Amino acid sequence: MNPKLSFTKNFLDLLSSMRFAVSLLSVLGVASVIGTVLKQNEPYENYIVKFGQFWFALFEYLGLYDVYHSVWFLVILLFLVISTSLCIYRNTPAMLKEWRTFKDHATEKSLRAFSHQATFNLTADYAATKQNLLHFLNAKGFKYKIKAQEDGSELIAAKAGTHQRWGYIFTHVAMVVILFGGLLDGNLPFKVQEMLGYKRIETLDLPVSKVPAESRMSVSNPSFRGNMTLSEGATHNVAFLRVRDGYLVQELPFAVGLKDFRIEHYATGQPKSFESDLVIFDPELKEPITKTISVNHPLTYKGIAIYQSDFQDGGTGLKFNVWDLFSPSDKSRELTGAIFDEGALGDGDDLLRVEYNDFRKFNIINMSPDGKGKPHNVGPNVTYKLRDSRGQAIEYVTYMQPMQIDGKFYFLSGMRETVQEDFRYLRIPADEDLSINGFMGFRAVMLDQSKYQEIAKRIAKKSLGVSDNPEVKKQFELSLVRLLTIFAQGGYSEVAKVIEQSVPEKEREASATTYIKMVNIAAYEAYNMGLELSNKPLLKNTPETEALMRDSLNAFSDMFFYGAPYYLQLNQFEHKEASGLQLTKSPGQKWVYLGSVILVLGIFSMMYIRERRIWLYLKPSANEVHFAMASNRKNLDFEKEFSLYREQLAGIVS
Amino acid sequence: MNNTLNYQQKTLLQRLNWQDWLYALIVLAGSIFAFIKYAHYMDAYEVTFLFGAALLFSYLGWQWKSLGKLVIGVGVISLASIALYQGDQTRATEVFFLKFLISSQSAIMWMNVLFVLAMVTYWFALYKRSAFSANVASALTWVAVLFGFVGLMVRWYESYLIGVDVGHIPVSNLYEVFVLFCLITALLYLHYEQKLNTKQLGGFVLLVINAAVGFILWYTFDREAHNIQPLVPALQSYWMKIHVPANFVGYGAFSLAAMVALAYLLSSKGVLTSRLPSLEVLDDLMYKSIAVGFAFFTIATILGAMWAAEAWGGYWSWDPKETWALIVWLNYAAWLHLRMVKGLRGPLLAWWSLIGLIITTFAFLGVNMFLSGLHSYGTL
Ligand code: HEM
Repeated sequence: MNPKLSFTKNFLDLLSSMRFAVSLLSVLGVASVIGTVLKQNEPYENYIVKFGQFWFALFEYLGLYDVYHSVWFLVILLFLVISTSLCIYRNTPAMLKEWRTFKDHATEKSLRAFSHQATFNLTADYAATKQNLLHFLNAKGFKYKIKAQEDGSELIAAKAGTHQRWGYIFTHVAMVVILFGGLLDGNLPFKVQEMLGYKRIETLDLPVSKVPAESRMSVSNPSFRGNMTLSEGATHNVAFLRVRDGYLVQELPFAVGLKDFRIEHYATGQPKSFESDLVIFDPELKEPITKTISVNHPLTYKGIAIYQSDFQDGGTGLKFNVWDLFSPSDKSRELTGAIFDEGALGDGDDLLRVEYNDFRKFNIINMSPDGKGKPHNVGPNVTYKLRDSRGQAIEYVTYMQPMQIDGKFYFLSGMRETVQEDFRYLRIPADEDLSINGFMGFRAVMLDQSKYQEIAKRIAKKSLGVSDNPEVKKQFELSLVRLLTIFAQGGYSEVAKVIEQSVPEKEREASATTYIKMVNIAAYEAYNMGLELSNKPLLKNTPETEALMRDSLNAFSDMFFYGAPYYLQLNQFEHKEASGLQLTKSPGQKWVYLGSVILVLGIFSMMYIRERRIWLYLKPSANEVHFAMASNRKNLDFEKEFSLYREQLAGIVS
Repeated sequence: MNNTLNYQQKTLLQRLNWQDWLYALIVLAGSIFAFIKYAHYMDAYEVTFLFGAALLFSYLGWQWKSLGKLVIGVGVISLASIALYQGDQTRATEVFFLKFLISSQSAIMWMNVLFVLAMVTYWFALYKRSAFSANVASALTWVAVLFGFVGLMVRWYESYLIGVDVGHIPVSNLYEVFVLFCLITALLYLHYEQKLNTKQLGGFVLLVINAAVGFILWYTFDREAHNIQPLVPALQSYWMKIHVPANFVGYGAFSLAAMVALAYLLSSKGVLTSRLPSLEVLDDLMYKSIAVGFAFFTIATILGAMWAAEAWGGYWSWDPKETWALIVWLNYAAWLHLRMVKGLRGPLLAWWSLIGLIITTFAFLGVNMFLSGLHSYGTL
């Protein structure tokens, strides 16, 4: 044979072989695992941070950030299609033959070689027995064919369950159909155009109108899966397709507007439904279509299905009270803004730009210390960034209402410098009225040097053994003022620094204890002075007050690590939401569903229809009936059936 | 001619006696009752499912008489429990029978206890070769299944007591599906126990079931997962009602196959050989079980794809749960090829189905624990 031909033949043999198929199935399984272990389609910075530059580049080259659309993965699928198709091509003729044939060419000799066979003595009348045997076969659901033999014998060849063979064809054709459907819905057209250089993904954050034509997919794109974020009142006629670390703009044959977005909640605060009232504008329509969609209830128009997928803020209006944390004033000023807008705080070199990023009206958090309690709604929060003149930004998340932690209420504001970090929270204790003002008044007094003398005086007056001796009193007041001055410069850590510098090591602990005690006493006076200034009732000397002092001093000390000299307390908001929609056009879906139906039919017929064949060789010359039985699947059921039939047939024949 | 009567196979309808018809009538009456009482909570699909279920359970009960008795038992006890509630959730801890027996929480606890007892008894029976003990073990398993289903039915009702908008079929979170898993696996086992007339495998199969029971207990006491939670929007779909049970027939059958494989491997190494069914029987059972599992798993995955298409806008998103379902499916497809095409038998396939259980368990649990995705079945 021509060696080239035989190579091709061998190659085709390999492709359609079972071993190759099983290997492909295994390889596909293993390849699929990668994409579930490595989180797919994250922003590329996350990968760089996680793996470092070298591994990041290698993994990117291997397409590991979007495994299921990478070339090598598609190649595996392609091989699966080819191998299965070849397998179908090779096996189908045989299968169909098996399905049709009665195998009536069997000879007495070949039947005797069967593993499941028996010979009965024919004692009854030949014609009657033959009738009975045919009757038997009918009763058992066998179809048969009678073939006269040369020596006057007759062969009855019977079959049942040969439809099982269609199971094979169905199952494997189904796989090809499903994969074909999947391919139709993949982004192959874009991939080809990208390779040819006609299209490229856009990685910059541009307004839609500025996105160049080579990153736009036209209305005729046969299949896509894109996203659209619509604020209430807005209308868009494009969707965004996320590809790797960029996107494409998909033009739509119509525009979608959002009238209203609603979240309904259960009594427990968990979301119950997301609904969008959509309007479809299409020049071909006389009247726009209005329709409410929700999760599990999409809308399909012009072959494009529109799904409710998520929601975000749509530009909520915000009003804050802003405190200058390090100024000795207890007054706040107002700041207004809206999500996605920017604002400014301070001026000159200290100018900070405020970027309002996100607002959430409901936050379901599990606040119980052991994590066993029920999550509940802790109210709205706002996320913003403060960016300095050098472009460095710190991200903040601040809750509007005080949160209950271990029975006490705190205002929480978290900060972090990079997305990878967790937020570190500043906890400001709420006052009697559950407001932040008590702390802010305290803070102002603690920062106001002109008040220290007064604080010291008040404490001295109350302290036994200090007030009567003017010299001691003066000394005492002086050291207290000094302590407060230090504390105002950096809280506990500043005090610790000073102790470290000026106190010998042995005495440090003792003096630290004294200082903490003194600061706590001073805090009590300062807090009350703050309350006096705003005409609020004063604190009493109770364990709760002691706890409040501890928390206030901790908050004061943590303030120095807060990263910004401003505290933005959300005061009012005007909620505006945006609905996250997913738009898909998937011409392959029909094929996939069709394939699925065929697959189920195929699997059930392959597994639950059992092909069996019976041969009865009637040999009047020897008064013998020879019985043989076979199945392409020999299992216990078959053994049982064979024994049963043998017994029953023996009864008929003799 | 008189011989014909012996081999003539009767069709199913010919084989039915008056008890079978009575059974079907009761099932039908039950579903009509449910329809009249609860129709306003159901959409067209759910009404179809209700009567579809009546047909299905009539058929299954005809084919397998014991199941019919179970269906009637579950129905009667659940109705009794519901009647005791009198529409008031707090009565679960006040009324004696509810508190100690048939509130959903107590019924499920009884199920847990009975499964443990059944396992111990099965092993005892195997060790002592005691037919009597084996019968006791089998009875215990049946009662456990009875309690488990009552627990789920009552839980379904209880969820509506919490709030009409909270009410939902109890197949919506890990706790509930673990109970379902125990029940389906046990039922599959009991079916083969009767069919093969062998009770020696009970101890093996109950190993997986009791692993799940252990999980349920931990989940209940440590995480209080038994509390009924409302459904997140994505799960509010009639697809859930068929996708999840189909999936668990698959998982249950794969688990059963793995335990049979374990028995096979032990027996082929000479351990317990004289006490266990023959290797051929074990091999055959392992194959049948995987075949059932594969068929149902295929259906479940397809239903899942259809549901995903409706909820997320794509029938396949390579979400970790989907991907792992595919991996499980490919694994058993390869297993079936080796057996059916290559005619492979023996320890290799047994090992493979044991490892298959690990893969399946990961798809079922590990994905929720370690990988995040669109599936909202909750993390641990
Ligand atoms: C996409 C990949 C494939 C899938 C998902 C697949 C799936 C299946 C399934 C589910 C079965 C039935 C097992 C049973 O009935 O228990 C089966 C049987 C079979 N497969 Fe595949 N198969 C694939 C590729 C192939 C290939 C490439 C071949 C070529 C050698 C092949 C040859 C067979 C044969 C010969 C049978 C047994 C048919 C019979 O005995 O009636 N399969 N396959």
